[in-house]
Amino acid sequence: MTSVQLAQASNGAIYAAMITLAIAMVAFAVSFAVGRRRPAAVVTEVAASAVPVSVGTTAVLTRPADEPTTQDPGRRSANIGMSLTWLAFGLLVIGVVLRGVWAGRVPWGNMYEFSITAAVAVLAVFLGMSTRRDLRWLGLFVVIAVELTLGLAVTVLYTEAAQLVPALKSYWLLIHVTAAIICSGAFTIAAATAALSILRIRAERKAGDAQVTGWLARVPSGEKLELMTQRIIAFTFPLWTFAVVAGAIWAENAWGRYWGWDPKETWAFITWVVFAAYLHARSTQGWRGTRASLIVIAGWLAFMINYFGVNFLASSLHSYSGVS
Amino acid sequence: MGPVTSDVADDATATRIDPGESLPPLGTVGLLRWLWRQLTSMRTALILLFLLALASIPGTILPQRGVNPLKVNQWLSDNPTLGPILDRLGFYDVFGSPWFSAVYLLLFISLIGCVIPRVRVHWKAMTAPPVPAPRNLMRMQYPSELATDLPAAEVLNAASASLRGWRIRREGDSWISAERGYLRETGNLVFHLALIVVLVGIAVGGLFGWKGNVIVREGSGFSDQLTQYDAWGGGRIVNPDNLPPFSFTLSKFTVDFERGVAQRGAPRVFQADVSYRTSPGSAAQAARVEVNEPLAIDGVKVFLVGHGYAPHVIVRDRTGKVVFDDTVVFLPQDGNFTSTGVIKVPDATPSLGFNGVFLPTAAIDKVRGPHSLFPAPDDPALFLGAFKGDLGMDAGTPQSVYRLDTKNMTRIGLEPLRVGQEWTLPDGSGTVAFVGIERWASFQIAYDPGKEVALVAVGLAILGLVLSLLIRRRRIWVKVLPGDGAGSLVQVAGLAKADPGRLPDELARVIRALSRDDVTTLQDPAPPKENS
Repeated sequence: MTSVQLAQASNGAIYAAMITLAIAMVAFAVSFAVGRRRPAAVVTEVAASAVPVSVGTTAVLTRPADEPTTQDPGRRSANIGMSLTWLAFGLLVIGVVLRGVWAGRVPWGNMYEFSITAAVAVLAVFLGMSTRRDLRWLGLFVVIAVELTLGLAVTVLYTEAAQLVPALKSYWLLIHVTAAIICSGAFTIAAATAALSILRIRAERKAGDAQVTGWLARVPSGEKLELMTQRIIAFTFPLWTFAVVAGAIWAENAWGRYWGWDPKETWAFITWVVFAAYLHARSTQGWRGTRASLIVIAGWLAFMINYFGVNFLASSLHSYSGVS
Repeated sequence: MGPVTSDVADDATATRIDPGESLPPLGTVGLLRWLWRQLTSMRTALILLFLLALASIPGTILPQRGVNPLKVNQWLSDNPTLGPILDRLGFYDVFGSPWFSAVYLLLFISLIGCVIPRVRVHWKAMTAPPVPAPRNLMRMQYPSELATDLPAAEVLNAASASLRGWRIRREGDSWISAERGYLRETGNLVFHLALIVVLVGIAVGGLFGWKGNVIVREGSGFSDQLTQYDAWGGGRIVNPDNLPPFSFTLSKFTVDFERGVAQRGAPRVFQADVSYRTSPGSAAQAARVEVNEPLAIDGVKVFLVGHGYAPHVIVRDRTGKVVFDDTVVFLPQDGNFTSTGVIKVPDATPSLGFNGVFLPTAAIDKVRGPHSLFPAPDDPALFLGAFKGDLGMDAGTPQSVYRLDTKNMTRIGLEPLRVGQEWTLPDGSGTVAFVGIERWASFQIAYDPGKEVALVAVGLAILGLVLSLLIRRRRIWVKVLPGDGAGSLVQVAGLAKADPGRLPDELARVIRALSRDDVTTLQDPAPPKENS
């Protein structure tokens, strides 16, 4: 393929993914609109561990079925949404890979490339997690986040592929940026589950002993959402620490100091401190629950300020958006 | 940064939980003890973490002296009222300010006060046997009951066998208490202790380390002495007269810029070819310094951080005698290397001075005046403004080589020059010739003996973090009670705080080991009780 064809193919794949995601978004939205009841799958998942059931004189171990016993009208469109999300993921991967082939390097040279890769990361984390548990309820929020990222990427951030500036020519680009991009995906999902847990807990409190109604009936219990958030952060926080440290090693190699309080470094530090505060909050009386979830959202905001704010507003050694 | 978490609700942390609700007792000792308890409490650690994050934010909004001192001065002159107030409060050096230091020092004191006692507690927990089984297992998490005809000893043997990798305590034929996941707290403690070592590494670098910046023109040399640096800063314990005696010469500097449409003008290649000696007497060695590829000499690292142009100018006085013949470093002002510089000629009578603008690819328009269109020297031009009079160099006060003090000088004229052109000054003071262009490279030369310590510590910190976040401490109990008839009753339950992780599966494995033909489950397990 010629360079022009590669460029067209990469951009075409990205646009196709955006269209696919838009349809997936509609499908997920429909599943919320028509299926008001909480799907049984979510209920049974609580007891998904093996438990003994007595049969005659022999104890037999069975695993409770994950399949809902009742028909849920929203399930079908949610499944369509999941399939389309997988399709969009495939298209995005193709788009990112072709971008790399076009540029002749890893596709992380400017903000357009970071953004499309971050979109892949968010979907990868979401789809990866969905292979182990039912996450159809989360699809709408993930797809909206990815669609916004891609929309921004193709409109504001778009730049033609070009070579890297010398400061970015290092294998640390691969290590540091890969870790940071995976974190962007995981932090985004964690912020989504944290926000949902806040809303869900409010709904649970309002409902009292009764069942939660409305669209929040379709998401898992607040307690489960909080547990999920905590698990994601438990995975992501060490990775983020690693990403920051890898950046420091690279900075030492490129600029002669491992830490210089450059705005990008400072916001990375702030993000780290906020998530550290979250981990402490989880084991502090009076800070569990909604307050802890708010800290996760604050940490995600710090991450986003670092990504967008520092590239556009601050003068930083890390300003390489490529946007003029 | 206090404890990351306490896991199984037990003795390990009971003493530290929530002192926030107690009131300060009377008496000095009591008050001090109360203050210490407050400082090392989790809640204080949490608040200090928030403060640390908040205190960092001004450092990203306001210009910082350590990063960009020129911008700070600009800001101060633009904001004559607010500027000096913020300056006095340390807002232009946030990360060295007393209030920022106070926050992180308090945090580290809190951390030490919290972690050290926990090391002792954890050591005890690791060496002591697991706690006895609670009286009523059915009130723990994931409880099950089974009836069996087997003797109690055999039941407990089977349970023990299925709990490989667990620390087990057995009380005769009545119960087993098993625990695992101790590495969680170990990791937690390693992480926090490693953070202290990171701080030590930073402090060592701050006290014993130094760094300096120097601009070297092509063909010129540099030797590692304080006087040769354009800027130098070192820790308190560094003797600046005793720097390592290396030297180097910049033989050639290569640079290339993007010429395509996308990111036009962005740098593509920087290479500084140098020849260096580790000491005055040693043999010269060739090396190439690039961005991301510093040169290490004796533990000191030489980094390539910038570059620019140095026009070569020859000035003759009215008699035709050469009074100046040198390359002059011009500093780039924008991405296209519109560069400014100053030529001072004290040897002419009267002294001559020139304010210059060098343009690698020259253009001129009404709005921007003379400016460069591209960073490479495709169409170079040098705009010179000539002055004569007193340069002020004899006054004894140090002068910047990049600034011309025209207070006591009169302006002669302004002229654009191309390479090879000569300008006869209009008042007959002499001539100026623009004979060529050389390049210069700027190097950061740094020595930080603490960075290896910090790196190793940070590696340990990450390892500890992974352990403390991914491992879960949990307990399993198996108890044999006399049954209704000849058989006996077996109770199995567990306990894990916050996140049960694989505990339900592990309990199921124990039950599976006990579930044989002669064992009957009496009662389905109650729904899991989380966060008891």
